[in-house]
Amino acid sequence: MSSIYRTLAGGVLRDIALTCLAVWFIGLSYGAIAVASGFPLWVPAAQSVLVLAGASEFLFIGIIAAGGSPIAAALAGLLVNARHVPYSLALPDVTGRGWRRMLGTHVMNDESVVFALAQDDLAGKRAAYWACGLGVLICWPSGAILGALIGSFVRDTNAFGLDAMFPAVILALIVPALRDRVMLRAAVLGAAIALATAPFLPAGLPVLLALAAVACTTRRRATR
Amino acid sequence: MKDSTLVVAGMLTLSAGTYACRLSGRVLRERITFPPRAEQLLEAAAVVMLAALVATTALTRGHGFAGIARPAGVLVGGVLAWRKAPFLVVVIAAAGTTAILRLLGVP
Repeated sequence: MSSIYRTLAGGVLRDIALTCLAVWFIGLSYGAIAVASGFPLWVPAAQSVLVLAGASEFLFIGIIAAGGSPIAAALAGLLVNARHVPYSLALPDVTGRGWRRMLGTHVMNDESVVFALAQDDLAGKRAAYWACGLGVLICWPSGAILGALIGSFVRDTNAFGLDAMFPAVILALIVPALRDRVMLRAAVLGAAIALATAPFLPAGLPVLLALAAVACTTRRRATR
Repeated sequence: MKDSTLVVAGMLTLSAGTYACRLSGRVLRERITFPPRAEQLLEAAAVVMLAALVATTALTRGHGFAGIARPAGVLVGGVLAWRKAPFLVVVIAAAGTTAILRLLGVP
């Protein structure tokens, strides 16, 4: 832990703390929604620790609450989480070996990946990945459990614009990479593919289809 | 709630499958050494996917349009980030813009 403090500039740690706080608030609404949908406390509590991937958990409880089968809900959630395959391919070894590898693999999520990618060197990537990954591992379940306990007392967190926070966090962290014009073009194309397919494809698939846009970076660079 | 056993089965399927997704790339990278060019491509792929994630989470809700307030907030955050505003400012401005627009009755 102390190495995280030594490696990361104070600014990055503060940014990670803010992101984790946002995750905690979203966790509150997740727990509250789960209980309001008729689930006992242990469902969001166990999910938030074992799955640790917000979007898929929302979808899971949403599908079951709407009358779908839990297995279908799990498969839909897995489709949403399939993006972790390309994430794990993109990251260098940020986890280490043994139990660190097991825990480090589990704390991979959008936030920890994007914070790791945004750092320049391997030591920085490692520190940012662990700080954000462990932060989310604490904040997401604690938020979800508290949200489930206080349930209906949690007002609609969207009123505070919290739903704009997640995309803004990710966007702020990929902006430096988007200053490269080839990267920007691929990102815009990928976003367009995802948006065009989102209305009629199951959740998770549009983001995977966006990967096709990576092809345009290869051709561009090859002809240079 | 439905049958608890089924819910637990679904939960375990989702968590085990998600863990496998998170592990897969790591395992592959331990067995194969990618050339630097391929590593660049893989990183570009992650950035493209994150950009697509920003677009879909900002603009869509379920299979429909998310309304004006959320994408407007994310846009304000994006412009600030492009102009190198501090992260804290970007995130607070995005949430603040969305919250204020909703307060004014914008969907």
